[in-house]
Amino acid sequence: MRKLSWFNVVSLTFGFAFLYIPMVILVVYSFNESKLVTVWAGFSTKWYGELMQNEAFLDAAWVTLKVAVISSTIATVLGTMAAFVLVRSGRFFGRTLFSGMIYAPLVMPEVITGLSLLLLFIAIGMDRGVMTIVLAHGTFSMCYVSVVVSSRMATFDESLEEAAMDLGCTGWDAFKSVTLPIISPAVISGWLLAFTLSLDDLVIASFTAGPSATTLPIKIFSSVRLGVSPEINALSTIIIALVAIGVITASIASKRAIVRQRRDEQVAR
Amino acid sequence: MNNAQFAPWEDPAAKPLIEFKGVTKNYGTFTAIDNIDLKIYPREFFALLGPSGCGKTTLMRMLGGFETVTKGSITIDGEDMAGIPPNKRAVNMMFQSYALFPHLSVADNLAFGLKRSDMPKSEIQGRVEEMLRLVKLQKFAGRKPHQLSGGQKQRVALARALAKAPKLLLLDEPLGALDKKLRQETQFELMDIQEKTGTTFVIVTHDQEEAMTVASRIAVMDDGKLVQVDTPDRIYEAPNSVYVADFIGDVNIIEGGVSNVSGEAAELSWSEGKPAIKGVSGERIQKGSSGAFAIRPEKIAISRDKPVDVHNCVQGVVEDIAYLGNMSTYYVRLDNGSLIKAQTANSRRIARRGLTWEDSVWLSWTDTAGIILPT
Repeated sequence: MRKLSWFNVVSLTFGFAFLYIPMVILVVYSFNESKLVTVWAGFSTKWYGELMQNEAFLDAAWVTLKVAVISSTIATVLGTMAAFVLVRSGRFFGRTLFSGMIYAPLVMPEVITGLSLLLLFIAIGMDRGVMTIVLAHGTFSMCYVSVVVSSRMATFDESLEEAAMDLGCTGWDAFKSVTLPIISPAVISGWLLAFTLSLDDLVIASFTAGPSATTLPIKIFSSVRLGVSPEINALSTIIIALVAIGVITASIASKRAIVRQRRDEQVAR
Repeated sequence: MNNAQFAPWEDPAAKPLIEFKGVTKNYGTFTAIDNIDLKIYPREFFALLGPSGCGKTTLMRMLGGFETVTKGSITIDGEDMAGIPPNKRAVNMMFQSYALFPHLSVADNLAFGLKRSDMPKSEIQGRVEEMLRLVKLQKFAGRKPHQLSGGQKQRVALARALAKAPKLLLLDEPLGALDKKLRQETQFELMDIQEKTGTTFVIVTHDQEEAMTVASRIAVMDDGKLVQVDTPDRIYEAPNSVYVADFIGDVNIIEGGVSNVSGEAAELSWSEGKPAIKGVSGERIQKGSSGAFAIRPEKIAISRDKPVDVHNCVQGVVEDIAYLGNMSTYYVRLDNGSLIKAQTANSRRIARRGLTWEDSVWLSWTDTAGIILPT
């Protein structure tokens, strides 16, 4: 182990402090006895209990989860299809334009995306609710999925599909039994990306949500404007815990996969 | 299989398995395959040989159904293949990259095609084991492709392509990824398996040694055209053009004018005041036109004194000697400036060190050792 110089120690401390002190404060105050967020009055878990009683928050959490699952599934199907066409069909008229248009929403300000979707829903007379949020999220996260999947498709050996067809598969069967299993890690990470994007989206959701459906980010944002309550701290702490568990699990799983692959390669020699 | 007896291409009554009739393939304005007629017979081991970009892979992929035909027709076993997709053809292909399915075990890779055929489920297991035995990989049935060495992957790919007992097996540079020693061993294994299964093999390769070793017939291709289709020994001994002579093995080319043609024999005048070279007359040569004399280095004898009773002899100076262990190649510069290679086998352990650099020597060959080709 190398010893860190004092400069590195200072940089590291400040960097991590900058990143994590706000979150640490949030977590600590979620266990505060007092109703006042800035005054410490002893340890308690009562805000967690109250959170569990709060119908509005639970409803919003349920809506958010529903929206995230449905919209990321739609985005994954559409994004994979788009990636497939753009990588596979070679040169066709307008290909550059199409691939540019797939990526454009990545850099488009969310306000614009949200507003244009809102105008569309009004124009076609669609009542705003869970359905409109799902469509909106599906639309913008599809681009992320197609970026992830098309980068995997670009390195996919097409002769694998030809081999499948050579051995008796129809085009769809070849896709289902060879291509999809091989690119599945990319498809899954595309889905997860779309899922997280949908979970924490505030801007587009607030444009497309209606009175009948509110997502958690909208709920948190609007209740914070009326004053921060320790309940929100508790809710945020739960979310942080869930995210941390997810990230740690994923990194352990991928580390194990790498170890297994190294061992397999040793067997081959 | 006895090669001397196996020659269906010489039997006019034999029914070809594959027939190309005027097959042309265009990519835009580029012609990849130019009006090819070719017959390949059952149980043949047929090699498509040529430099990269000559169209050999395209020709094979047409048989597999991966490329469409622009003009002309391909029939396999009497059936026109136009519009028939790869999964409906009794043809299997072994891919250059092997294309093993990485998410499936060796056994599942072999069973992949069988599960999609009309073979009953109960027989699939037995067939997979049979194929594993054929390529000697019984112990590796449960492994995934990335747990195999290059040679093992190659054998799995071969077994998978043979599992459905196709009428025709296509091999796209099957040994390209193997090192030289393994490649030579595998060549004989391939021939062995081809004999055992009785399948017709069409192999694409740019390695002329490989084609010569495995094939019953070779088609030499250049620029989308078939230059010569013949047995390996005919291709080597009686090439029909300078291109083929130059592509297959080592050759000396002496250019000149055809001064006489009489039946099988011909003469080529190549240098003022020197007697004409006598050789076998190649196809399509005419008296008075330009021609080239092609002779293999091992057919040229080298000596210090002028040999008697030999018509073809020329004098030159040894410019370089390459000692290759089993043989030595002498590079001899003639008076007119051309460089001729002569090869002698080092059959005795201590080679006669009779010849050395700057020695004046005589090169000689018999009247039938070389061939005179049109240019």
